[in-house]
Amino acid sequence: MACSSLAATRVMCSGRVEPDLVLKALREGADGVLIAGCHPGECHYIEGNLKTLRRYTLLKRLLAQFGVEPERVQLLWASASEGPALAEAVDRMTEQLRALGPLRWKASVLGSNGYHPMAAVPCGGEAEVSDRLVAEV
Amino acid sequence: MAQNGKPKFAMYWAASCGGCEIAVLNIGERILDVDATFDIAFWPVAADFKYQDVRNYPDGYIDICLFNGAVRTSENEELAHLLRRKSKILVAFGTCSYQGSIPALANLTNPDSIFRAAYLDNYSTDNLQGVQPQPLTQVAEGELLLPAFYRTVKSLDQVVPVDYFIPGCPPEPHQIWTVLQAVVAALQGGTELPPRGSIIGAGSVAVCDECSLEKHEKQIAHFYRPYEIQPEAGLCLLEQGLICMGPATRSGCGALCPQVGMGCRGCYGPLDDVDDQGARLVSAIASIGVAGQLGADDEEELARKAGLLMAGIADPAGTFYRFSLAHSLLNRTRYPGNGDGKGEKL
Amino acid sequence: MNRISIDPITRLEGHGKIEIFLNEEGEVANTYFQIPEFRGFEQFCVGRPAEEMPRITNRICGVCPEAHHMASTKALDALFHIEPTPAVKKLREMFYSAFYVTDHTTHFYALGGPDFVMGPDAPPAERNILGVIHKVGVEIGRAVIDCRQRNHHVIQVLGGRGVHPVAGLPGGWSRALTEQERQEFEAIALKNVDFALFSLQIFEDIVLKNQAYVDLILADTFTHRTYYMGTVDENNCVNFYDGKIRVVDPEGKQFVKYAYRNYAKHVAERVEPWTYLKFPYLKEVGWKGFVDGAESGVYCATPLSRLNAADGMTTPKSQEAFEKFYETLGSKKVNGRYQPVHQRLATHWARLIELLYAAERMLELLREEDITDTNVRPIVTEVPDEGVGCVEAPRGTLTHHYWTDENGILTQVNLIVGTTNNYAPIAMSIDKVAKALIKKDTEITHGLLNRIEMAFRAYDPCFACATHFLPGQMPLEVIIRDLDGAIISSLRR
Repeated sequence: MACSSLAATRVMCSGRVEPDLVLKALREGADGVLIAGCHPGECHYIEGNLKTLRRYTLLKRLLAQFGVEPERVQLLWASASEGPALAEAVDRMTEQLRALGPLRWKASVLGSNGYHPMAAVPCGGEAEVSDRLVAEV
Repeated sequence: MAQNGKPKFAMYWAASCGGCEIAVLNIGERILDVDATFDIAFWPVAADFKYQDVRNYPDGYIDICLFNGAVRTSENEELAHLLRRKSKILVAFGTCSYQGSIPALANLTNPDSIFRAAYLDNYSTDNLQGVQPQPLTQVAEGELLLPAFYRTVKSLDQVVPVDYFIPGCPPEPHQIWTVLQAVVAALQGGTELPPRGSIIGAGSVAVCDECSLEKHEKQIAHFYRPYEIQPEAGLCLLEQGLICMGPATRSGCGALCPQVGMGCRGCYGPLDDVDDQGARLVSAIASIGVAGQLGADDEEELARKAGLLMAGIADPAGTFYRFSLAHSLLNRTRYPGNGDGKGEKL
Repeated sequence: MNRISIDPITRLEGHGKIEIFLNEEGEVANTYFQIPEFRGFEQFCVGRPAEEMPRITNRICGVCPEAHHMASTKALDALFHIEPTPAVKKLREMFYSAFYVTDHTTHFYALGGPDFVMGPDAPPAERNILGVIHKVGVEIGRAVIDCRQRNHHVIQVLGGRGVHPVAGLPGGWSRALTEQERQEFEAIALKNVDFALFSLQIFEDIVLKNQAYVDLILADTFTHRTYYMGTVDENNCVNFYDGKIRVVDPEGKQFVKYAYRNYAKHVAERVEPWTYLKFPYLKEVGWKGFVDGAESGVYCATPLSRLNAADGMTTPKSQEAFEKFYETLGSKKVNGRYQPVHQRLATHWARLIELLYAAERMLELLREEDITDTNVRPIVTEVPDEGVGCVEAPRGTLTHHYWTDENGILTQVNLIVGTTNNYAPIAMSIDKVAKALIKKDTEITHGLLNRIEMAFRAYDPCFACATHFLPGQMPLEVIIRDLDGAIISSLRR
């Protein structure tokens, strides 16, 4: 792969890609995950890739509920002889991720366990309250 | 070990429902043995000790503290730190303190929506002035304080070091008794307790192993909502298309829910060496589904059929993470404006 | 000292603290009863499938999960437009009656009762269920434990689990009762009736025959004249499972009687910034503050309220107990019904009458022919949209209101929970008792502070229930001080 934004991990079958590997990648800094498997019908383990398809389909629904955009996790069928097609798909996805911006899950979503900020009518004077207190728990 | 008198017992509830307390009471007559063995040092449901009493105890005074409930507010966290200091053994008791449980479902939404639903847009609430609770309110006589509400629900081990975890929502009484017996034996007879950090009062296999329903090969072509079919008695519910989280849930409860025809919802948490129970369930449930046929369906059709099958699962995140969201890898949903870039405090 | 904090309140379910402010004369200027806990069910249930609600909302409270489970299941009946068969209703009500027996037992013996059995001034280390067992003897202790165990057994067999049952479904229940179980439970119900009568006898022996306690119960300090709410059947008799909601005024005249779905026409909730819990009140009367009387919208929903709102009971022994209760407390009949009893400590007695009714009702239902009907799990065919389900939780009228899309995924949830109904009355009871007991130069003993707590214990509060909701945005910071004003911890976002 010529693309330097891609970190590739080889597995024996796309069926090895468990959902928690995808989640771990997203949590630990990946902006997106591409699962590339053999075409259905060409799986060395017969139906490993069909399992991948089902897992991926369910995982996408789950990710949507967490607010992860659909472009960030994609599934592609590609055989060994389809190098250029794969490269093209990687480039396309890279562009999509650039457009979405970095995910930075740990920093931007987990952050510190901040308190919920107050926006509504304060009772007792917001300025007075904010002058007084310091926080560390 | 207490220097005078009996070993000291404490039980405290953070963001909880009281079910863990009732589960302890449900050990029945054995509560008399607990009474014979321990002095109660702090147990708000049952005894009149106050926070100030706990603050006044020397560090390590409490021999065993069963801490249930998730960490939702600053008061919950303060008590976690306080009881950690005052207790020799701190147990995350029940799924709320272990993994967040039901209160951690709030991590799938955000504080703005939550506040709106309770105070501003609430169907039966009359609040034209838009009043909301405040950590500090000035009233005529003085100041009134309320604990601050956190953005994210945390498990106990995400705020203090925890010695043991007892899973279950709530833990089943027979398991509670097994644990209490082991603790008493250790305190009195000097037997060894399990290594610190262990999950105790539960099994090490999946719920399916405990379940008496008959199991055959699993090939689910359609998922049903619980009111859409009348399941055949005595047969595995999952095989009949009713979601059951038994395959990726720790045993210990006796597979109670499937026995009455309702699928397991995973309250005993994941098995050993599993970080994220929900992801494991996605994997397990998807693995045993059946969608499309090789040779008969092209790639597009296969994808379409997989989509149809999975559409039958109504709420993946809220179902597969029903009890474990605080321990999940992603931990919470994103929402506009959240995160302050200060990095992870977990 | 110009401020007394009771933190946390104890021997109840949930979190709460009482702040008592004293003026320069050393008398009570005001008290504030704050609820510092909340979780947010009304929002985090949005997006969940409605049929999961009985298994999610039971976690609002682990002391009364059966109540939430049942109100939720009934809300599903309405939501999915499916009427349960008479057999299903009986099965559910029988299950619910077993729950009432164990819950009221737990409250009387473990939560509120110790104040009477041990005395309000007993040392804190003894003023609890274990102290009670030591005092009344292990045999009685075993009877209490056995009562709880056998009824939790019923709950587990029929409901799946002893805490947090799972069997409720729209229009049905996930499993039927077998004949063998019916016989076993019939024996349990008979024991329950005996135990209820025994508990009423204990109340008579320990409380009613003790003049000091009788004076305490009748004292004006623990008395409030408010509206009373409870569920009644078509004959205006108490029913915990189903009926219409009836409210009577302080004189005992019916103020309103409404079907569940109309609750929001009659009840509204109010927000105060110093507590996470809201204050319900009668909309048509209006909120006039924390005051008694027919002009104030404050109402109460407790065992006492249910008896006050009803004309009688449907089972013979409980009806006898009902009449004895009103007669003993000097209530007169006006237009054929007893005038309300306003003494809040009498709620402990009313609770035992309800215990007896639940036991008798359980037995009655177990003798119904169709209680073992096997056809209890219907298939839903209608498209869901909106539904309200109510039951009487032991602590008050419980309302679950769901709105969903056409796939049954929740879009909105509203809950008014048992104890929430009673928040204003509890606050008023605490305030009145504090003002009566604390005067200039009064020594503040733990016994005195406990008597202030006794004011709320009569209501058997359940604040996990009450604070299912989550409030919104918090201001910037919090200081936590001890009694001397020194900062223990401080917090900022």
